[in-house]
Amino acid sequence: MATRQTRTLARTMMAPAVILLFIWMIVPLVMTIWFSFQNYSLINPMMTGFAGWGNYAYVIGDPSFTQALVNTLLLVGGVLLITVIGGTFLALLLDQPIWGQGILRILVISPFFVMPPVAALIWKNGFMHPGYGMLGHLWKAFGLQPVDWFAQYPLFSVIVIVAWQWLPFATLILLTALQSLSEEQREAAEMDGAKAINRFRYIILPHMARAITIVILIQTIFLLGIFAEIRVTTGGGPGYASTNIAFLVFRTGILSNDIGAGSAGGVVAVIIANVVAIFLMRAVGKNLDA
Amino acid sequence: MARTASVQTKIGFTILAWAVALLLFSPILWTIVTAFKTEAEAIAAPPTFLPQTFTLENFADVQGRSDYIKHAWNSILVSVGSTLLGLVIAIPAAWSMAFAPTKRTKDILMWMLSTKMMPAVGVLIPIYLIFRDLRLLDTVHGLTLIMTLINLPIIIWMLYTYFKEIPVDILEAARMDGAELYDEIVHVLVPMAVPGIASTLLLNVILAWNEAFWTITLTSGRAGTLTAFISSFSSPQGLFLAKLSAASLLAIAPILLLGWFSQKQLVRGLTFGAVK
Amino acid sequence: MGSITLEHVNKSFGEVEIIPDISLDIKDGEFVVFVGPSGCGKSTLLRLIAGLEDTTSGHIKLDGQDVTDAPPARRGLAMVFQSYALYPHMSVRDNIAFPLKMAKMPQAEIDKKVEYAARTLNLGSYLDRRPRALSGGQRQRVAIGRAIVREPKAFLFDEPLSNLDAALRVNMRLEITELHQQLKTTMIYVTHDQVEAMTMADRIVVLNAGNVEQFGSPLDLYKKPANRFVAGFIGSPRMNFVDGPEAEKHKAHSIGVRPEHFTLSTTAGAGQWSGTVNVAEQLGSDTFLHVEVDGLGLMTVRTDGDRTFAHGDKVYLTPDPNRIYRFDAAGKAI
Repeated sequence: MATRQTRTLARTMMAPAVILLFIWMIVPLVMTIWFSFQNYSLINPMMTGFAGWGNYAYVIGDPSFTQALVNTLLLVGGVLLITVIGGTFLALLLDQPIWGQGILRILVISPFFVMPPVAALIWKNGFMHPGYGMLGHLWKAFGLQPVDWFAQYPLFSVIVIVAWQWLPFATLILLTALQSLSEEQREAAEMDGAKAINRFRYIILPHMARAITIVILIQTIFLLGIFAEIRVTTGGGPGYASTNIAFLVFRTGILSNDIGAGSAGGVVAVIIANVVAIFLMRAVGKNLDA
Repeated sequence: MARTASVQTKIGFTILAWAVALLLFSPILWTIVTAFKTEAEAIAAPPTFLPQTFTLENFADVQGRSDYIKHAWNSILVSVGSTLLGLVIAIPAAWSMAFAPTKRTKDILMWMLSTKMMPAVGVLIPIYLIFRDLRLLDTVHGLTLIMTLINLPIIIWMLYTYFKEIPVDILEAARMDGAELYDEIVHVLVPMAVPGIASTLLLNVILAWNEAFWTITLTSGRAGTLTAFISSFSSPQGLFLAKLSAASLLAIAPILLLGWFSQKQLVRGLTFGAVK
Repeated sequence: MGSITLEHVNKSFGEVEIIPDISLDIKDGEFVVFVGPSGCGKSTLLRLIAGLEDTTSGHIKLDGQDVTDAPPARRGLAMVFQSYALYPHMSVRDNIAFPLKMAKMPQAEIDKKVEYAARTLNLGSYLDRRPRALSGGQRQRVAIGRAIVREPKAFLFDEPLSNLDAALRVNMRLEITELHQQLKTTMIYVTHDQVEAMTMADRIVVLNAGNVEQFGSPLDLYKKPANRFVAGFIGSPRMNFVDGPEAEKHKAHSIGVRPEHFTLSTTAGAGQWSGTVNVAEQLGSDTFLHVEVDGLGLMTVRTDGDRTFAHGDKVYLTPDPNRIYRFDAAGKAI
């Protein structure tokens, strides 16, 4: 309900945001697509001209691409699995009558506030370092040979670090959703004689469906672009063992200075993100209304 | 679950919850204690928990080696600057969407959010080249601009959900009272939405502070933020665990404290208002 | 000065026509009430006058000046909302002063006017409180205070009393009427409550489905309703209607008799219609009988409060022959 004047005004007021975001979206994207069809290397300025699908063939044809694609899916899937399941348990636990709930919340939420490079460094040196990391000490205490995590299980190690960062987010959202479940609803279920497991299955879980949806949606947005954790810990290696698509583009475009191929990788990354986004919106969108 | 749990159950759950929480917090805790140890003690086996010789030397070393103060200042400029700039652009837009919605409002909101889904690597190269040509590489204002654009959809979305809860009657009353649009927004809408604007501000400062893709790729020495500062320590050679911990602690401490104090306000923002 | 003229005003939301075509002439200083059932378009009409909605076609004139395209801020009207719409972040003083600040009035003058308004409305001791610390009635007064300080051309009230309890409502009704007598400014008042309309208005606009059913003084509407809708809407309890052969006796498609226009008797045969008391509502001053009239259905009858009735009592009714309202097939009064 508004007058024509208000509506005209509203359009004007929205224009800066819309125009800025439109430019931000469209200009670099068009340039990326343009570069992806060019021979363009910062190392070799002689290499110019139209490349056709050459860059795409080069990027997609390379075995590192398939590996990076698989790594991306494993990374996103693994972290989602750990955070959603772990977050649900943690939320249920924190929702119990316990002492020190306020402090517990603060402890649990903390990893979310740690910037990705720091998270990576803490885990890399303080925990997963075979020589003086905590886990190394722990292994030795049990008489075991310390594991060199980033050499032996690079992708798994990255998943652990990222999951540690996102677990608090999932927990906090799910806990909030859990606490909005009214006491009466729970008591009614209890009066009806529902066992704890059934209460969880039929009352609590459906109530949390929306929150879980949101956790998955928001995390996926961020997880597709995981970068700093890989850069700081493994540098994508050994080989390409912990390189995801985002890091592959960085390696090709910036580290190897091959703008053409890097751009082709970038376009592929955008396509993958869009496929995932459409899939996600379809799958979970009905749980969301803005 | 039943609130009439027995004391034993409560003790049991409390112990379990504390164990899990401390486990999750242990990397941070370990960093904090290690930051005050000497290098020798930091890598001693078996490890000590509390520092045997308490030292602040690591912090001084870190400042001397990488100029923490300069990076922290850049972080503050970029995160606060981009958030304020974002708010200035977003408040009018969110006002439009909340109080003069059209059939397309929801589509526009979804589209805005979808720009967040675009992987940064997809546009890194053009942005890098544009920045190089415009001499924006390694500048605070260039980085601030990028950060504003990245977080603008979130700022708009959050403000929109907060604004929608303000009764339109009150804005209409202001119009009847002779308020033009500027007065309506500045004297009525914004003061009423202070809690929402504050949590939007907080969350976006945190997101911008911790952003680690553009800050690393677009800066080097001059405009580097704390994410770039800490990334310069990614190879442990020449730097030992205690100093690394000190640097880490310095990088996360400001936002950790901010987050602790504001975590309750953050939840709604984190879900774009979808979970209250 | 505040005369308000509506010329062929039409308002549609997309395909839906809320107000098909309304023309009205409201004189300066009049107290006009828009009354009608919910969804009749009365609030929309008020918002059109306020400028909070725009007309689809037609013109609105204020003192002869066309304001159809003027924004609300430039129309010089004041409005009191159903929700009061006070600014929650401002003290009562700042709430009342807000329109004056918007008018860029010097601070000294603002203070004077706010003090005056506060005195008039008995708000003196609350000036530094926030709206949330006030009762419903006090909030209502602040909203009125905010409206009067700017000396508008006309006041618009949008169901201002519907959030108050019954006792307070009667009080505020009187206060607003007194305010009108004192200020002599045009007031337009929207309500769904016909009692409010009857007691407050100089003239009443009865609206139904976006159309003006009748525009006249309260007694006009009561005595000479233009149609069956107005007859049924104005008057409490509502008019009884009878269709069929009984109406044909009066050469009408239907007839209406108000509850207060019956002669009631308990003597067998002493009345035109006979019936059985279903429920007797004894208010003390009056008694309302819900009578199942033989062959004609349920009717409400008003009688004095001294007589007592019980469920099942046999009664005999005679409508006052001079006060039988006759309507044709289209519902228009004959």
